[in-house]
Amino acid sequence: MIEIITQTWSWWFSGALIAGIMFFLLYFGQSFGFSSNLRTICAASGLGKTVKFFDFNWRSQIWNLVFLVGAIAGGFIAKQYLSTDTPVQISQATIADLGELGFAAPTSLQPEELFSLESAFSLKGFLILALGGLMVGFGSRYAGGCTSGHAISGLSDLQMPSLIAVIGFFAGGLIMTFLIFPLIF
Amino acid sequence: MKFLKFGVLGIVFGIVMAKSEAISWFRIQEMFRFQAFHMYGIIGTAVILGVIGVALIKKYKIRDYHGNPIQFNPKEKSVSRYLIGGSIFGLGWALSGACPGPMVVNIGYGFLSMAIVFFFALVGTYLYGVLKTKLPH
Repeated sequence: MIEIITQTWSWWFSGALIAGIMFFLLYFGQSFGFSSNLRTICAASGLGKTVKFFDFNWRSQIWNLVFLVGAIAGGFIAKQYLSTDTPVQISQATIADLGELGFAAPTSLQPEELFSLESAFSLKGFLILALGGLMVGFGSRYAGGCTSGHAISGLSDLQMPSLIAVIGFFAGGLIMTFLIFPLIF
Repeated sequence: MKFLKFGVLGIVFGIVMAKSEAISWFRIQEMFRFQAFHMYGIIGTAVILGVIGVALIKKYKIRDYHGNPIQFNPKEKSVSRYLIGGSIFGLGWALSGACPGPMVVNIGYGFLSMAIVFFFALVGTYLYGVLKTKLPH
């Protein structure tokens, strides 16, 4: 029984729980969209005084900030109590492809080459993390949502804008993976 | 207390993201290289159940716990903002291996360098707010 919890959760169980989270949020009168929190944090920091986009009643979004804090706690609980720290079991083909780019086979959930503190505070490592975050933040607001808002909530409601956004997510991801990765790694 | 339920849902979300390994940069790479079904299975299951559930909510006019009808607001019609914005998001998703939710789950998991990614996601959001009126939508 314990093994079922500590090993990687199956895709169908995980997907079903995510759908469940979306339905609970709808039942509680809200909707599932995580990247709105980025705008809310900007607004709560007082940026609405100078930039109109952040001038809104951010207090109506406190529920989502609480969800964010819960997500941090959930990550902590998963690591401390529900994990055996086995390396992520990705396919051999991915290990081989990433090996050619200079990435060692996984020893945990994340590559040391990008997320060790040593790498994060090297110039190149820092720029990669900063640029990655910058594009996720800029792009999610430009597109009006991220994976939760568009790929899960929007597609569940069969919204064409969300399908276009998800096509964009993949266009960008494929360009980065196949065209830009060979140049920077 | 009225926020407690959202905290609980957030905790479940964080645990699922971590235990499904959806917070892993390696899993995102495997997805974009089409070398495993795992990530597609997670998102696909959520969407299929989501489509069925949303259709049922609409058909039976199910109400939320306040007693108000559950409403779905159609997103504004456009192609450019979704395609351009989505592509920029995708570039960042593949590079950092995390969309906004998994970023904070990673921080809780102990990958503290993900805080750099999250901080710059805030900077990116701020830049969008500044440039919004000058961008094609």
